[in-house]
Amino acid sequence: MSSLMEIRWHGRGGQGAKTASLLLADAAFNTGKYIQGFPEYGPERMGAPITAFNRISDEPITIHSNIYESDYVVFVYDTLLESVDVTSGLKKEGAIIINTTKSIDELRPLLNGYSGLVCTIDARKISVETIGKYFPNTPMLAAVVKVSKVMDEQTFLTDMVDSFKHKFAKKPEVIDGNIKAIEMALKEVKYYEQ
Amino acid sequence: MKERLSGNEAIATAMKQINPDVVAAFPITPSTEIPQYFSTFVNNGTVDTEFVPVESEHSAMSACIGAQAAGARAMTATSSNGLSLMWEMVYIASSLRLPMVMTVVNRAVSGPLNIHNDHSDSMGCRDSGWIQLYSETNQEAYDNMLMAHRIAEHPDVKLPVMVCMDGFITSHAIENIELENDEFVKDFVGIYKPEQYLLNHENPIAVGPLDLQSYLFEHKRQQAKAMENAKKVILEVSKDFENRTGRKYEFFEQFMMEDAEVAIVVLNSTAGTTKAVVKNLRSQGLKVGMIKLRVFRPFPANELAQALSHLKAVAILDKSEGLNAAGGPVFTEVTSAMQCNGISNVKTIGYIYGIGGRDVKTSDIESVYTNLLKIKDTDQIGNIYNYLGVRD
Repeated sequence: MSSLMEIRWHGRGGQGAKTASLLLADAAFNTGKYIQGFPEYGPERMGAPITAFNRISDEPITIHSNIYESDYVVFVYDTLLESVDVTSGLKKEGAIIINTTKSIDELRPLLNGYSGLVCTIDARKISVETIGKYFPNTPMLAAVVKVSKVMDEQTFLTDMVDSFKHKFAKKPEVIDGNIKAIEMALKEVKYYEQ
Repeated sequence: MKERLSGNEAIATAMKQINPDVVAAFPITPSTEIPQYFSTFVNNGTVDTEFVPVESEHSAMSACIGAQAAGARAMTATSSNGLSLMWEMVYIASSLRLPMVMTVVNRAVSGPLNIHNDHSDSMGCRDSGWIQLYSETNQEAYDNMLMAHRIAEHPDVKLPVMVCMDGFITSHAIENIELENDEFVKDFVGIYKPEQYLLNHENPIAVGPLDLQSYLFEHKRQQAKAMENAKKVILEVSKDFENRTGRKYEFFEQFMMEDAEVAIVVLNSTAGTTKAVVKNLRSQGLKVGMIKLRVFRPFPANELAQALSHLKAVAILDKSEGLNAAGGPVFTEVTSAMQCNGISNVKTIGYIYGIGGRDVKTSDIESVYTNLLKIKDTDQIGNIYNYLGVRD
């Protein structure tokens, strides 16, 4: 049984998908995993669709290609559902995780008839309520940890507190907001089985 | 110490720990982050390096030449067309026997414009007299950097070293890495004590004067001898590194080669993808192996030929188009090495792959092994010059 978990992120340039994949790699690294976090670099424009990837494993990872068979596909922006092949290579035991305010009935027609788990989260609402601005990557990171169970939630939370304290050493006012965003996101992920 | 770093972060960390006298660099994707990170170390006083933010790569290499000739330890980093612009001075650096260290973050050379990975930049200067070390991972890039000065500065060598890694694939991906502590690096790399240098007023020398029919040939012969000597020094330094870190490096890595019947020869990050394929095919009982070239200059011709001699078939993968209508640079050199070592019973084919950042999938590598196994079974070689993953 392979322990390798592969995740594909869809986002927009300059708006956090790459950062979210790197944060996830960081968090998994801190729990002792072998990790890869890398974006697929295309034309570098703010707002252009970008793809980022994670491999996470208990064993060293040597493959250096993009990911073609994902366990999870994450949409940091639901507008991208219309422009990318949503279920390309997605395993049916996996899940699609979407930042959206849409209902599952509105989303279904955009999901290529995917038979696996669909999870949604309103990262905008969470981000605005906790951080005060729209930064979707913190809530999306929490949603991916929750759905993928790549690590224990409490371990993740503790680790992120340390990581935010380090990362925002010069901006302590944003630490509480980010931690609240994670706590709230862990509670607010909605699950829809087929 | 366990860390997670991108390839560029790993290189910048090595440079920080080495703390060279001079770094001169001009930014170019995907190596830009190296001088960017390094300049922060200069700014916050972590290193006492003289950082020269030059106005072009030609000047970057020129500044490194000046610094190294003066008696300093100099470093730079570049990619692709940055290396192209350095071209004139790259040859000057090696022929003046200036043991500087440069990271080349491999990227396709224009045109048309492409920022992604292939090896056309470093392969383009394979005859420039620089030692070339290739790196599969961020770890190998870091380790090659720690060994580079020792190899370059050895009195029997005195040649510059190029440490190569794949642009974006290695330079921009975050992966696990084991870092050595600052004291270890300081001790391992040691202090640079040039025998002769411009700022030595007790023994004044001229560097780079006119060198016509009566001497240039002899100087080139000495340069070639230094490249030969580098083989022994690379192995010595790598052994010392292994003894002290546990991480083993030779001219090339042999992966499941012992009883292999067919194998791939490849370098840089694709070697990792190939290892995953080899493991998978081995689990199906297929006797496949891989050789990953670490040292391309000096070229370990005899050692490589011997390592391939027991195979039935081998495929040599090139991430640069030699455009010579007869195979890529690694292919032509490996086949030449086999011929010169009297190995004529191994069927040998070449593939050009991954040009301009074309992603190399496990299925691509599998198709190469499938072809090799077919060649082994049928004894028919088919096409010698092949392309992997191109639309014809």
